[in-house]
Amino acid sequence: MFAEFDLVMPGDLDEALDILAEAGGDGDAGILPLAGGTNLVVDLRARRIRADKLVGLGRIAALRGIERSNGRVTIGAGTTLSDILRDPGMVEAAPSLVDSARVFAGQMVRNTATVAGNVCCGSPAADTVPPLLSLDAEVTLAGKGGTRNVPLADFFLGYQEDERRPAELVTKIAWDAPKPKSANLFYKLARRKGDAITVVGVAVTVAVEAGKCTTARIALGAVAPVVKRAREAEALLEGEALTPELIEAAARQAAEDSSPIDDVRASADYRRHSVHALTRRLLSQAWAQVTEGG
Amino acid sequence: MRETETITLEINGRRREIAAPPNQTLLETLREHGYFEVKSGCEKGDCGACAVLVDGEAVDSCLTLTGTLEGRAITTVAGLKRGEELHPLQAAFVKLGSIQCGYCTPGLIMAAQSLLNETPDPGEEDIRLALSGNLCRCTGYTKVFDAVQEAAQVLREEESGL
Repeated sequence: MFAEFDLVMPGDLDEALDILAEAGGDGDAGILPLAGGTNLVVDLRARRIRADKLVGLGRIAALRGIERSNGRVTIGAGTTLSDILRDPGMVEAAPSLVDSARVFAGQMVRNTATVAGNVCCGSPAADTVPPLLSLDAEVTLAGKGGTRNVPLADFFLGYQEDERRPAELVTKIAWDAPKPKSANLFYKLARRKGDAITVVGVAVTVAVEAGKCTTARIALGAVAPVVKRAREAEALLEGEALTPELIEAAARQAAEDSSPIDDVRASADYRRHSVHALTRRLLSQAWAQVTEGG
Repeated sequence: MRETETITLEINGRRREIAAPPNQTLLETLREHGYFEVKSGCEKGDCGACAVLVDGEAVDSCLTLTGTLEGRAITTVAGLKRGEELHPLQAAFVKLGSIQCGYCTPGLIMAAQSLLNETPDPGEEDIRLALSGNLCRCTGYTKVFDAVQEAAQVLREEESGL
């Protein structure tokens, strides 16, 4: 038996927001939303997180579903990792996110854990975050006073700190489906494909027009207090043809843009080296895809 | 002690009213009510020993709060059995020696059943992906993969009435 708390299961979004706002409008750190619970239940059990009340989101129909219209992809906050893998359109709508879902924990966790929950846990090693950053995803936050959209690139404020106020819920995540002449890739470096925490995760997007890179995104996981873009490395690439020399320079810059730590999974030096190697590899693959694949 | 709520669950086809405190996991609830085939392993979602089906989809019961499951249908490995006969997955695990100590077996079988509910004719990659959250420390996984393939074939033949 672990720490005690209350559990409520509101039937719709308004009811959930009412409960979250209970303690005076700004919310109460003791009232926490419960999505898939695959992190939260473990943390409550280990008493790393304290909660007085959990607001289960499992019955809220408005949080479900995946929509695609006019090139915009929107997933409800209740979308699980398995939902991403099951949706045949996702391979085109978010190739890197599908790659990350395939190496995310194990089946039972994928059946329960939500993409939005993975984002909101704020782990620097969260596997869906580099892909979503590489897609320029935007997070919708709803509160009693209304909704607001925040680019995911601005969502994380510091280690396990984010833009969501205690009385708000993430209701959806949206991005533009990749352009036809673009590549979007993710690689997770870990001890094995399943059931392992990421040592380094890298996602890249490369779009091309008339032989030049028009958009470059490089997102790095598990090498800083938050998942982040390597903006200086991206800036080297945009407007240029990606020669092996330029890719090498951008990969070196991405390693410099990272600030990893030593921990049980790897040393900081190994992580920096891996950012360099993986960024070079993914950019090379992406450039080959967009230039040879037509 | 927080207020205990009564939750209605269908467990292995039988409707049950169960009193569960809000912080109780499905794993604890099931074992408290005698479903000892559901095994407790890591209790943090890494090992898959506690896997059961909720409405046909495998979940780690150690990560699932019972209070979130009102009205849902739970299946444990014992619930797969067809009267006195083993379910094809159970039979294939026995026949092919996919079991050694047996502790991971209930979870492996439920993860496999969840796969077969969606993908009746899985390839080896599908099986590996579906079982990536189940740890076995005795036999290795090769015979497990073989058993899932064999059971899938038996189930497909049953389905087509052969």
